[in-house]
Amino acid sequence: MNAASRPPRPVGSRAAEGDPRPKAVLEGPDIRRALTRIAHEILERTKGGHDVLLLGIQTRGVTLAERLAGLLREVEGRPVPWGSLDVTMYRDDLRMRPARALGRTELPSDGVDDRVVVLVDDVLFSGRTVRAALDALNDLGRPRAVQLAVLVDRGHRELPIRADYVGKNLPTSMRETVKVLLDENDGRDAVLLGPVPEPVGSPVPGPAGGAE
Amino acid sequence: MNRHLISAADLTRDDALLVLDTAEELAQVAGRSIKKLPTLRGRTVVNLFFEDSTRTRISFEAAAKRLSADVINFSAKGSSVSKGESLKDTALTLEAMGADGVVIRHGASGAPHRLAGWVRGSVVNAGDGTHEHPTQALLDAFTMRRRLGDLEGRRITIVGDVLHSRVARSNVLLLDTLGADVTVVAPPTLLPVAIGTWPCRVSYDLDAVLPKSDVVMMLRVQQERMNAAYFPTVREYSRRYGLDADRMAQLPEHAIVMHPGPMNRGVEIAAEVADSVRSTIVEQVANGVSARMAVLYLLLGGSEPAIGQEVSP
Amino acid sequence: MTETPATTTLIKGARLLGGEPADILVRGGVITEVGAGLDAAGAQVVDAAGLIALPGLVDLHTHLREPGREDAETVESGTKAAAMGGYTAVHAMANTDPVADTAGVVEQVWRLGREAGYCDVQPVGAVTRGIAGEQLAELGAMADSAASVRVFSDDGHCVSDAVIMRRALEYVKAFDGVVAQHAQEPRLTEGAQMNEGEVSAALGLRGWPAVAEEAIIARDVLLAQHVGSRLHVCHVSTAGSVDVIRWAKSKGCPVTAEVTPHHLLLDDTRAESYDPIFKVNPPLRTAEDVHALRDALADGTIDCVATDHAPHPVEAKETEWAVAAMGMIGLETALPVVQEAMVDTGLLDWAGVADRMAYRPARIGRLSGQGRPLETGSPANITLYDPSPRRAVDPSAMTSKSRNTPFAGLELPGRVVATFLRGEPTVLEGKLQ
Repeated sequence: MNAASRPPRPVGSRAAEGDPRPKAVLEGPDIRRALTRIAHEILERTKGGHDVLLLGIQTRGVTLAERLAGLLREVEGRPVPWGSLDVTMYRDDLRMRPARALGRTELPSDGVDDRVVVLVDDVLFSGRTVRAALDALNDLGRPRAVQLAVLVDRGHRELPIRADYVGKNLPTSMRETVKVLLDENDGRDAVLLGPVPEPVGSPVPGPAGGAE
Repeated sequence: MNRHLISAADLTRDDALLVLDTAEELAQVAGRSIKKLPTLRGRTVVNLFFEDSTRTRISFEAAAKRLSADVINFSAKGSSVSKGESLKDTALTLEAMGADGVVIRHGASGAPHRLAGWVRGSVVNAGDGTHEHPTQALLDAFTMRRRLGDLEGRRITIVGDVLHSRVARSNVLLLDTLGADVTVVAPPTLLPVAIGTWPCRVSYDLDAVLPKSDVVMMLRVQQERMNAAYFPTVREYSRRYGLDADRMAQLPEHAIVMHPGPMNRGVEIAAEVADSVRSTIVEQVANGVSARMAVLYLLLGGSEPAIGQEVSP
Repeated sequence: MTETPATTTLIKGARLLGGEPADILVRGGVITEVGAGLDAAGAQVVDAAGLIALPGLVDLHTHLREPGREDAETVESGTKAAAMGGYTAVHAMANTDPVADTAGVVEQVWRLGREAGYCDVQPVGAVTRGIAGEQLAELGAMADSAASVRVFSDDGHCVSDAVIMRRALEYVKAFDGVVAQHAQEPRLTEGAQMNEGEVSAALGLRGWPAVAEEAIIARDVLLAQHVGSRLHVCHVSTAGSVDVIRWAKSKGCPVTAEVTPHHLLLDDTRAESYDPIFKVNPPLRTAEDVHALRDALADGTIDCVATDHAPHPVEAKETEWAVAAMGMIGLETALPVVQEAMVDTGLLDWAGVADRMAYRPARIGRLSGQGRPLETGSPANITLYDPSPRRAVDPSAMTSKSRNTPFAGLELPGRVVATFLRGEPTVLEGKLQ
């Protein structure tokens, strides 16, 4: 079991002291090691990864899925299919913000039917994004099984959802944000922990802000 | 105040690109076994059609239903409207029903503008009189972009009754916003006297323009114009401004032929042109659903509309 | 209220036509003395310090809607609105239901005006029967009736048939009448909704070309010149019409012309709201036309301001543009609009306003007791006007039965403080008496 079953512990008191600078809790090499471990776990759990389809949740989940696909290929010596999933239209907080642009949903041509779909996302938080992803998947076909891989699990689940593969359990307080940076998207690899931005004049509402 | 889509001029370049990009994503839904998204669950969209237009109504209806909105079709025929109820009273009825979005087709230019001043929901113009038809322009731009890529600098020729065409008005405005190079071609009687103030070129000579066109869009010739001295005979119109196979052969290799429908085959467009591989006429219908889904999502999907303009009551 | 009032009124310190302050003594409905430091024992004294004294205004073009459309306006409500606007005489247009095309109808309107008593009501007779443009109405009978009709108009419709127009012009010479033409070529304006130009092209509203007005005016001035008859052109709205009238006057043609307050202030971009409150016949034109009209009123090419006050019930305007009624109310805002467009812009002084809004319209309509200078012996038709306050026009505060003012919410200068009709106050301290 992982962070889902443990009460989250606030880390230190930086946020309470109002230190505005986010702190890097994972750096490039840490992320690389975490992904390599997840890749191995996937192969182990799926008995060689034959029917696996990696589906990255937009935006950084897609980058992670692509990297995982590369790692799996290195280990197994054969390509592992991957794709992208945009869950915007399935979100339960759509009406809390103006309608926003959609990301790409791209599936391999043979779709998701009878596949072991591994959803990939950067941060697992409330679980609502994953819930939306499960709904979206349901409209796309019928996978044999669905698993979840995340780089960071920061706790504070609001739905009965847990990850099958976790890069790093990161206990946080609600007054903190977790931001994953990836080279392909952001120019560097890091996981940043910082205070929630001031709500006044901020486009990001409430403590749910951050990567999820 | 709420935002509406009444004129193609209500869309900034960013807005228009957002609609087209969104439509591109939503077009995928049509290829799935489950052609439905939960996005507008619990939202009510009223299709308020004061003019018969089955194709536009079903296109909007399919768009709203694919987004899981509750759709109420309100056609003027046989309703209280045909018994003399005013547009304002109809608007108050819609308010009482709690419509989040109202799609209106009306024979009077400006009717959607008036309606927007009377209801709280977002109004989408599905064609008003001889004014505009912005979702048609969006689906046309979407169709062109899918065939030709970015529209910046593309040469688009619109041929026919520009004076009375809401499709032409919306297309000229939207295509200009998207950076295209638009030419309208028509007999001078079917151009507004102030056409010089529009963001497009004007020509009376179709043959001169065709070789320099990436897109040629043929407009429908309305029956009533044929009897009002706008041109001498249908035969002469067809000869000077109709698109037949010989004329189509003057188009560059990659060029496409569009028509908003319904067509008068043999008048503004020859049957062999309408049915050729250059013709996008069938695609336009399918693309209409995607473009309208994008508009409905961007207007109604969030806490407030992401596109469009306010209308002061 | 035609009986001679016994009261004596002393108006103190009013600026005559915007000039030096003076006192005006009114006795028996007539101005008996004008000068400084006047005194009269027992007189009702009206303190007019800071106010401008103008002759009572005369409107050549008012739709009172009675008989037929009493839901929009009545002779009583319309004349009350006129008094509030500083008018002491209005010409009631003939397009009522029934049409004012017989002696009977014009006498009825004339009598209703006398009974209401807020201002003189001078009926206009129709040129053709039922304003259908086909057969001349009994112009002579209307001229000889108690209403003494001198102005004939099919307003709302153009007398488009050149032969009928020629005959009408000729016929009214017998009793010094004038034909007031609504210049609108009908074929060029079928289904027309607004000025044809850049705005109509963008809005998809059917265009109303300026040439449809100008062509009729050109034809009519030539006809009037040919037969030597008086022609009056209603609500001139285009720069081209001004040019034609200026040319005709230079040739000695006996033509006069009017412009409405709304055409002096508003242009066709108002239609961009699609609010039919701005729908009117003739339509609002371009900003260039507005400037040409102002210049023409200033130089006298256009003789007078006429309101074309056209009341409509709310439901006639709360609709789509195409089905809405055409017309605007204007009696209560005319003077403020003229101040805004002509006086505050330096185009016209207050003496000019008196000329364009009282002297000349009375002369065109052959009203003997109206439009007289503020001097000893003139009938005491006087308007006291305060040009200083600026306020937003509030339709709900209108005295007219209708609310269709295009100036709603617009800030305009000035306020009519008092109106005297033959010495009797119809409005005092801004309130109807």
